[in-house]
Amino acid sequence: MSDSSSLNKTCVVIGASHAGVNFAFTLRREGWEGAIILFDSDPEIPYHRPPLSKAYLSAEDNTQLDLLFPEQNYASENIILNLGKSVVSIDKESKYIVLSDKSKQSYDKLVIATGARPFIPPINGIKTANNLFPMRTFADTVNIQNAMKNSEKKRVVIIGGGYIGLETAASLKKTGANVVVLEREERVLERVTAPEMSFFFNKLHKENNVDLLTNKNVIEIKTVKGINEVFCDDNTSYFADLIVVGVGIKVNTELATKAGLEIENGIKVDETAKTSDVDIYAIGDCTYHFNPHYNRFIRLESVQNAVDQAKVAASAICGNEVVYNAIPWFWSDQYDVKLQMVGLSQGYNEVIQRVEEENEKCQSVWYFKDDELLAVDAVNNGKAYVLGTRFIKGKQQLDKGKLKDTKIPFKPTSFLKD
Amino acid sequence: MAKITFVTQSNETITVEGNSGNVMELAVQNKIKGIDGNCGGVCSCATCHVHVEPSDWDKVGAPNSMESDMLEFDEKVSDYSRLSCQMKISEDLDGIVLKVAN
Ligand SMILES: Cc1cc2nc3c(=O)[nH]c(=O)nc-3n(C[C@H](O)[C@H](O)[C@H](O)COP(=O)(O)OP(=O)(O)OC[C@H]3O[C@@H](n4cnc5c(N)ncnc54)[C@H](O)[C@@H]3O)c2cc1C
Ligand code: FES
Repeated sequence: MSDSSSLNKTCVVIGASHAGVNFAFTLRREGWEGAIILFDSDPEIPYHRPPLSKAYLSAEDNTQLDLLFPEQNYASENIILNLGKSVVSIDKESKYIVLSDKSKQSYDKLVIATGARPFIPPINGIKTANNLFPMRTFADTVNIQNAMKNSEKKRVVIIGGGYIGLETAASLKKTGANVVVLEREERVLERVTAPEMSFFFNKLHKENNVDLLTNKNVIEIKTVKGINEVFCDDNTSYFADLIVVGVGIKVNTELATKAGLEIENGIKVDETAKTSDVDIYAIGDCTYHFNPHYNRFIRLESVQNAVDQAKVAASAICGNEVVYNAIPWFWSDQYDVKLQMVGLSQGYNEVIQRVEEENEKCQSVWYFKDDELLAVDAVNNGKAYVLGTRFIKGKQQLDKGKLKDTKIPFKPTSFLKD
Repeated sequence: MAKITFVTQSNETITVEGNSGNVMELAVQNKIKGIDGNCGGVCSCATCHVHVEPSDWDKVGAPNSMESDMLEFDEKVSDYSRLSCQMKISEDLDGIVLKVAN
């Protein structure tokens, strides 16, 4: 970017988490010389979210958060970090934002990286339940850990059998909790994986003595003397000293909606992360964006997407256009199992499962739509994950017969069609 | 304490000192281009891939099994590849040179 063009300009970022923070540092590296000002309502120095439900929750010593960047890096890159500050509105005509204390901050470029918040379902009694927490922020993990410490029986009910629910179950089990997971659908991870994977995780949790219960629609929570009883619509109920709610998220689009930006299942952005306003970009969990590989608009909740969109937006604002063209990837750690996923499985019509002969805990599930490989879920199997990524990126045609044959080892060429 | 030198894809050479943690964290703290550490160091993303200077390989040692599974078919793999999040900083690493793979 030419020297003078950004010198006296201000780039304001709403949300200082994976997307906003990576954006700020990349913008500086790309040559932006003007001010960079981040705002976040969370008071903590920006941290990695994935460990909150994983290593962090089960660790004994929790004084050390996993920071995205050390605190001094913000100062050394001249990035102003305003924590504990909420943005309440955007005036896109006069180009300023308003904070909750009514102060204003003008901008030349604005980036919305507001992410998402936990969805709290409208269950009777949920507001008056004791020790009921979502799992999204550092404060949530601290609350959960304190409730665990103060509870003798440590009976935990987790509402929702998605990744966050299952990771939380595994982590709390490690610290000595008695854990019940209540999932409304007929299998866990129903929204994101094939039945083969749900089955695997079901078994894994059972082996670890976590009660994973499906077809459990929670309809009411009654709380007497601090003890909760969670009722399902099949007339069953479960006592809980602590309840964790992990039933999905709500995208933080309110600021963008009020400002009149285009919204569709998230803040709609183009391939450079630009919104319907030329001076406003949006990145991360809050966006509805186009994925060229899959040729459709999508919304993702992942670190990969937050970081990759951050880079695209930073380049675009500095005039070095790169377009967003990433294959989504994601991971989850539960007990001693590492799940790695690449691609988007939605729309698949065939699944091939490979269980490696030497170790049934080393598996992979390959999602196809006819001959096109859409996605791979790899369990303790980095090779399948890396090769799957290569095959998807290269739109390689695979021989499904060979892929099924566990006598044929993983090699870049061993599953290609002749 | 260990002095570690990173050479980026654009041939910038940066030498930094680390006391604790892992090499990926040291690189992120020092804004080494090409080391992102997106998964936070749990061996899930390979955005911390480095090529160890061959003469330093004995100081560093071979990857663990999870790590070598991630590296074996990586398009940028070399005989001296490591994921820097899996390299703990210790005196043993003093003086090593790492080429950033991405
Ligand atoms: C427990 C947990 C485990 C996860 N595990 C994984 C994993 O293993 N792998 C993976 O890829 N992803 C994982 N994710 C998802 C990943 O963390 C998110 O995709 C990522 O955090 C998205 O980053 P973001 O910056 O877009 O949004 P967020 O992280 O949601 O950050 C948005 C920020 O904006 C702030 N904000 C919102 N509105 C305002 C406002 N009006 N004013 C000021 N500030 C505001 C919020 O306080 C927040 O800090 C996990 C998430 C959670 C919660
Ligand atoms: S930081 Fe993700 S593999 Fe090293």
